[in-house]
Amino acid sequence: MATQVVMPQLGESVVEGKVSRWLKKEGDTLKQYEPILEVETDKVTTQVTAAAGGTLLKLLVAEGLVVKAGTPLAVIGQPGEAMQDAAMPAAAGHAVAAPQMQAIGVQPGKMSGARVSPVVAKIAAEHDVDVSHIRGTGEGGRVTKKDILAYVESRAKSDLPPWEQPGSGDLFKPTEEAYATAPVLVQRSTLHAPPSTALPGDELMPLSTMRRSIAEHMLRSKTISPHVTTVFEVDMSRIIAHREANKAVFERDGARLTFTPYFVVASVAALKAYSQVNSSFTDQGLLIHKQINVGVAVSLGEEGLIVPVVKGADGMSLLGLARAVSDLAERARKKQLKPDDVVGSTFTLTNHGVSGSLFATPIIAQPNVAILGVGAIQKRVVVIGDAIAIRPMVYIGLTFDHRVLDGASGDAFAAKIKETLESWASS
Amino acid sequence: MMRNAGYVNRFARITRLMEKIMAEMTLIDAIRQAMDEELARDPRVFIVGEDVGPRGGVFRATMGLHAKYGGDRIVDSPLAELSIIAIGIGAALDGLHPLCEIQFADFIHPAFNQIVNEAAKFYYRSGGTWNVPMTIRAPYGGGISGGLYHSQSLEALFAHVPGLKIVIPSNPYDAKGLLKSAIREPNPVLFFEPKKGYRLIKGDVPDGEYTVPIGPAQVTREGTDLSVFAYGMMHYYCLQAAEQVAKEGIRVEVVDLRTILPVDKQTILESVKKTSKALVVHEDTLTMGYGAEVAAIIAGEAFEYLDGPVMRLGGPDVPAVPFSHSLQDWFMPNPQKIAEAMRKLARY
Repeated sequence: MATQVVMPQLGESVVEGKVSRWLKKEGDTLKQYEPILEVETDKVTTQVTAAAGGTLLKLLVAEGLVVKAGTPLAVIGQPGEAMQDAAMPAAAGHAVAAPQMQAIGVQPGKMSGARVSPVVAKIAAEHDVDVSHIRGTGEGGRVTKKDILAYVESRAKSDLPPWEQPGSGDLFKPTEEAYATAPVLVQRSTLHAPPSTALPGDELMPLSTMRRSIAEHMLRSKTISPHVTTVFEVDMSRIIAHREANKAVFERDGARLTFTPYFVVASVAALKAYSQVNSSFTDQGLLIHKQINVGVAVSLGEEGLIVPVVKGADGMSLLGLARAVSDLAERARKKQLKPDDVVGSTFTLTNHGVSGSLFATPIIAQPNVAILGVGAIQKRVVVIGDAIAIRPMVYIGLTFDHRVLDGASGDAFAAKIKETLESWASS
Repeated sequence: MMRNAGYVNRFARITRLMEKIMAEMTLIDAIRQAMDEELARDPRVFIVGEDVGPRGGVFRATMGLHAKYGGDRIVDSPLAELSIIAIGIGAALDGLHPLCEIQFADFIHPAFNQIVNEAAKFYYRSGGTWNVPMTIRAPYGGGISGGLYHSQSLEALFAHVPGLKIVIPSNPYDAKGLLKSAIREPNPVLFFEPKKGYRLIKGDVPDGEYTVPIGPAQVTREGTDLSVFAYGMMHYYCLQAAEQVAKEGIRVEVVDLRTILPVDKQTILESVKKTSKALVVHEDTLTMGYGAEVAAIIAGEAFEYLDGPVMRLGGPDVPAVPFSHSLQDWFMPNPQKIAEAMRKLARY
């Protein structure tokens, strides 16, 4: 009996993935658990293995295409087997004879699947069908009358009881969709480029998935939130003293003590004091998050950046945070992050000072309402009382969403971070 | 000897009997047979037109009728279309059933005023007191290298005139049945004949009396993927195109409209409800061609059933069908162009 290979759900709230590379071709013999293809979601790549041995009968989705979790990708079986009734793999995590999901082709300039013809709308209304669940065979991926009639028929024939069939409605939406507030102005497939400004001798560098992803997120964030940055200066003397005193001990306990964990602790303290910053903006209201998950931006050099998330940062000691942060950073640089590592943040920290920047105006990672940028720590001349002193100072730039925070509340929050850092017990 | 003669006689009678039941004939033959039978059946029927008499018509439509019915009933007119129609109107008002022939539809324009202002309006204008049971026959359409004045399609112009009926047959069976109905119709009927099909289109026609009612369209090929609406020569081509694309898995429903005015809305809408896609084909120029009316009907009354845009295929919007062979081919829809339009719509 032929079996299907489907796009796995790569994380709790990750609903689609890109077929980035087929490792086998049609006709190849497969052993059970042998990797067949690589799939990519945002910036994390995973391999999909064969649930059973056999021959790879058919590849259903081409490289480069992004499809929803559950979409059949290939069929494995014995050569010459009929593929129509290929079984869904039992361990797919969704024991549903999933109706064909719409394949979202990454084709520049094509808004596929947007057109619903009158008769398709009529049939969809009559049978309570979500047209976006159906793979269209019409032009541009349009769902045709035939497609929806076939879907309705197959749904009727499905031997799954209604409670096993995929649900619809807000409860079943992934976090990103449910909390997406502003309409997404930029679709994945139509990043607007200005008219060609090519000059003689130009070379076109194709965008990597990561670069495309960053571009999309940054643009989207800017169009969703009105960004305002407020800058504070922090005296890092006590932090430096503490770090000097504890570096070795932490090393012995298996954690590299950088400045980052201190800023995470300070951020957590401020987030506890000003809970409205640990939130997401929705039309219905400000959603205050109970969990405090701090995303820590990690630079990947020329390639880009990624933001793994320390979940439950409020429940971690400095040691725990140091371990978590360095583990995430290392796995980020080795491309070993899991999809769940990069979602779910409620606040973000970015240490842009490591590259020499004094202060900056970072972009909020949606759906957070603020991001803290930390500049380079530099010894500076400061005035204390009426005396001149030399202190290690750092500028911290808090970019906040002006829909949620105003100058006063934003400053209060940043001030709390400053206060936490400057009053650190030095030993 | 006597026995041999009887043997021969018996066989001759059987053969003649079989020929009477059904004969294959051309479009023009069917038209002639209709006229012949109506002239025989009803003494009020007469034919008037250019060269219809001893000449038998430039297309031989009335061949043999002058010899059979005489010059009082098969009347040669001067080269004056206005007069042909005006004589017809007058005769009709006086109780006759004139069958006016316009030698080429392209020549009908001098009679336009008579048709539109007089024939079409008499019944309405006289509160039902006067009617005009006149039939106007005219060959129409291109493809015979006729150039400007021998290729026009005019159904769209006249379809805009309430008070007229317009009939366009696509095959010999319908041609005979519809012409008989037209001649018996108490109102003015324009009977446009696709001249390219006069000898090209053949079919079985039963001998003797039958009519095809004016009004109902006919589904000539059943299908599920898209509906194509056509008439005249284009219907003949649409059947060929449908056959071609059937090999590619596209099942086209072909509807012969037959009556342009009043059009059979019900059959049109039923077909669109079934297939959800519609294509109208005519050789007339596209803009303001009859397809626009059919498309508007479908869009207005079958909108919820549509799975694709309503498409029309017609001739290009140029002032005339070109005379040169290659340009005429460029102008005329043909089975290949129609098949391509069908594929495109099926793919949508």
